[in-house]
Amino acid sequence: MNKAIITVVGQDTVGIIARVCTYLSAHKVNVLDISQTIIDGFFNMMMIVDYSNADEEFGTVVDDLDKLGEEIGVRIRCQREEIFTKMHRV
Amino acid sequence: MLNIMEVHETNKMIEQEKLDVRTITMGISLLDCAADSVDEVCENIYNKITTYAKDLVSTGQAIERDYGIPIVNKRITVTPISLVGASSCKSSEDFVKIAHALDRAAKKVGVDLIGGYSALVSKSMTPAEEMLIRSLPQALSETDIVCSSVNVGSTKTGIDMNSVELLGHIIKDIAHATADNDSYGCVKFVAFCNAPDDNPFMAGGFHGVTEGDAVINVGVSGPGVVSRALDEAKGKDFEFLCETIKRTAFKITRVGQLVAQEASRRLGIPFGIIDLSLAPTPAVGDSVGEVLEKIGLEQVGAPGTTAALAMLNDQVKKGGIMASSYVGGLSGAFIPVSEDKNMIDAATNGCLKIEKLEAMTCVCSVGLDMIAIPGDTTAATISGIIADEAAIGMVNQKTTAVRVIPVEGKGVGDMANFGGLMGYAPIIPVNQTSCEAFVTRGGRIPAPIHSFKN
Repeated sequence: MNKAIITVVGQDTVGIIARVCTYLSAHKVNVLDISQTIIDGFFNMMMIVDYSNADEEFGTVVDDLDKLGEEIGVRIRCQREEIFTKMHRV
Repeated sequence: MLNIMEVHETNKMIEQEKLDVRTITMGISLLDCAADSVDEVCENIYNKITTYAKDLVSTGQAIERDYGIPIVNKRITVTPISLVGASSCKSSEDFVKIAHALDRAAKKVGVDLIGGYSALVSKSMTPAEEMLIRSLPQALSETDIVCSSVNVGSTKTGIDMNSVELLGHIIKDIAHATADNDSYGCVKFVAFCNAPDDNPFMAGGFHGVTEGDAVINVGVSGPGVVSRALDEAKGKDFEFLCETIKRTAFKITRVGQLVAQEASRRLGIPFGIIDLSLAPTPAVGDSVGEVLEKIGLEQVGAPGTTAALAMLNDQVKKGGIMASSYVGGLSGAFIPVSEDKNMIDAATNGCLKIEKLEAMTCVCSVGLDMIAIPGDTTAATISGIIADEAAIGMVNQKTTAVRVIPVEGKGVGDMANFGGLMGYAPIIPVNQTSCEAFVTRGGRIPAPIHSFKN
């Protein structure tokens, strides 16, 4: 399994998760977990996804989600999971 | 499983606290490029660098995108050119040809800087090494991204005072040759004692002869992250403070380790070391000086600065060492004056003096770094500064270095601007009392005794 973390930060509006999930489903990226909270007054959403069967290069998914974030008016990042697990797990 | 707060913490470090990987540096051995004619050597060097490093920049960019972590610089280090060119170079001009070949190759592959136009003369100079040193004013003024270093001493050999004396003149000549650009050439040159073979940082990086054919070394950064973490430690005791620094250093270094392993795997080149250095930039909030001030100093340079720096340096190493499988290079806190906002401020208002900086170099990595001094400073005084710094390294079995810029045409109180990450600095006063008779004696300072430590 190849896991990545998608984070969305910004003002909460209708349909953010729907639009991200629509993109992911179109490119065969499987959502494993979703959580959300408010940090420092901002909407924070995190998805753990598996991109093993994705039909696009990982870098393309990163760029597409970045553009989608610009359209919605939020910051969407997609990063491979290891940067977080390496930092927070011994 | 990861939780949202951990993910948020990492991304906050990257977006707000300027966490980055400062450099991925590919070391390339050029020993097999030696030939009978200089032109052949240049061709061999150009071909080897442009073959080995052709994917370095694109791989670095791909890693940046995949993990969402900026990798600020992609660089190359090569075998000290005094060795590579020894068989074919008959004059300083011949060495300059090699400098041009390095410059061309580095630009072709798109890296920021290339280091290794270097000579290791810790006991004495060979004719080739002396020619390379004498070529520096021309080589560094005619090329753009070639960096140079000379190792003038070591704990095992003592200090070669002939080269120290020569370098005083050479640094003045480099300053003169690049006078219309605030003597920028001197930014690309550093004199070392106990130079490490695997330093990924510039200007002092070179690919040592003890290294393999090619290697990936990575330098991490993160003074901004340490600084923000210290907000939590305000008013707390040293135990809490040290634990906070260690924990933060661990996290920063793990990112460096991940990037290094990934770069090594994708490029098919062995991973060498992580350099655990806190490397500042002139940006606000990315400053080692700020970290020292948060530890409790009104301004960096105040009494207590050396102790605070010693502690910071040690905790960074203690935190980082477990996060990486191999640690090397310079590993410590950098204190390059022109590249650190809070140090620039402290030097400008006179709180941070060159003598205090020298004391600070006894307890942290490197040495007198990126310090702008008056353009009329004599060659002998510069040699004296190098000798003092080399003596600190020699006796304390540590790496020390000098990268001072005698800015031609400028004096105390003027500003020198080096641009970009190299920053800007006020020209600070240097004790001009003569040491000419000392540095011109000739010969070398013997290696120190390794017992009776006091």
